[in-house]
Amino acid sequence: MELLAFGDTGWGDELFNATLMTIAVAITAMVIGFFFALIFTPLKLSKNRFLNLIANTYTTIIRGVPELLVIYLFFFGGSAAVMFVASIFGYGEYIEINAFITGAFSIGIISGAYSTEVFRGAIQSIDKGQFEAANVLGLGKFGKFFKIILPQTLRLALPNLSNVWQITLKDTSLISVTGLVEIMRQSYVAAGSTRDPLFFYSFAAVLYLLLTFLSMKLINRLEAKYSRGY
Amino acid sequence: MDFELMINSFPKLLNAAVITLKLLSVSLIIGLFIGLLFAILRLNKNIFINRFAYGYSYLFRGTPLLVQIFIIYFGLGQIEYLRTTFLWIILKEPYWCAIIAFALNTGAYTSEILRSAFQTIKPGIIEAGQSLGISSKIIFYKIQIPIAIRQSLPAYGNEIILMMKGTSLASTVTLMDLTGVAKYIISTTFRPVEVFIVAGGIYLFMTFIIHNVIKFLEKKYSFNS
Repeated sequence: MELLAFGDTGWGDELFNATLMTIAVAITAMVIGFFFALIFTPLKLSKNRFLNLIANTYTTIIRGVPELLVIYLFFFGGSAAVMFVASIFGYGEYIEINAFITGAFSIGIISGAYSTEVFRGAIQSIDKGQFEAANVLGLGKFGKFFKIILPQTLRLALPNLSNVWQITLKDTSLISVTGLVEIMRQSYVAAGSTRDPLFFYSFAAVLYLLLTFLSMKLINRLEAKYSRGY
Repeated sequence: MDFELMINSFPKLLNAAVITLKLLSVSLIIGLFIGLLFAILRLNKNIFINRFAYGYSYLFRGTPLLVQIFIIYFGLGQIEYLRTTFLWIILKEPYWCAIIAFALNTGAYTSEILRSAFQTIKPGIIEAGQSLGISSKIIFYKIQIPIAIRQSLPAYGNEIILMMKGTSLASTVTLMDLTGVAKYIISTTFRPVEVFIVAGGIYLFMTFIIHNVIKFLEKKYSFNS
């Protein structure tokens, strides 16, 4: 137990901060993922075949290639890409991207592909009559989307989005390869310096279980709220 | 674009893909047995057996695969007693540690897939078997299991693809699988995009093959063909 003490003697405070870091990365990644979904879901549903192709390429590649490989791509290629863009604007110095941004961005791209599929499925399963009813009521394009389609999409998408969240939360453990100090990385450091890997990795497992359990409880509440009247 | 590097690294990556496929197939076979066993335990009426099986699947589905590999590879070696038993022959090899972790992980997901497949079998089918005087053992092996396998094929296909992506974590315990070799080439040449395209292409090709095999099996075993 003294291994988990807060302060200089134990790893309690370090692991606590690392847990906050894991949560921060997961939430940032999820938000970035929503942005990607916001762009690619309309492309997937569009009638234009070229736009369809772009969106399908994105989701197919991300869902068919290991997360770790994607992370390596951004970890090794991220600064080069940013430096290339900067050099166009005449900035030639070395730019180092922060591990948090690299990590959140690569996990975000991955969760975005899953979110896109979830939103596509949700919108497609909305009854056609709803679209027609909105037209009959004379709602404009925006009114139709925000008042009729979006609220229903959220209700239908929520159960699957909770799966995406759980996957995203667990994927954040992979960012430890880039050196960002989240739960896995901190456990690795603690295990190395105390020579007690069994304890620290098991404790990391407990932390992840706690996070998935708590988020499950929270999501169940949200689901109950959004399915009022059903 | 450095096309020469892409062509040069292709055979190396293809060789590494063989290791990925080995890891995948061995862990899937073991995982299928674990999954079937725990799915049956989940359907047991005894609350302790039932809870035990649920706890297993909860534990392995609620934690990242990376943690599971690290506990088995770094953690178990720490127990002095294990080092003296014959188990140590297996546990000191990163290859087998990775396979144990993958098999336990995919076993947990497979047990959930099979359990829900067993539960969706219509009771009428089992009753039909009973009224024909077939023993419950044969009903289980000849009626319930084939139907459950057919029911779970689409979900199991997804699980195979997820597991194939999961084998990339073997590279974190020094194994040179497809991702491991890709990372090595990237870190020595600093050409992430080229290597990503080649390695990612090989992964996508494998995904494509798995996807189509499952589709073929689904068609072959569908009820209304």
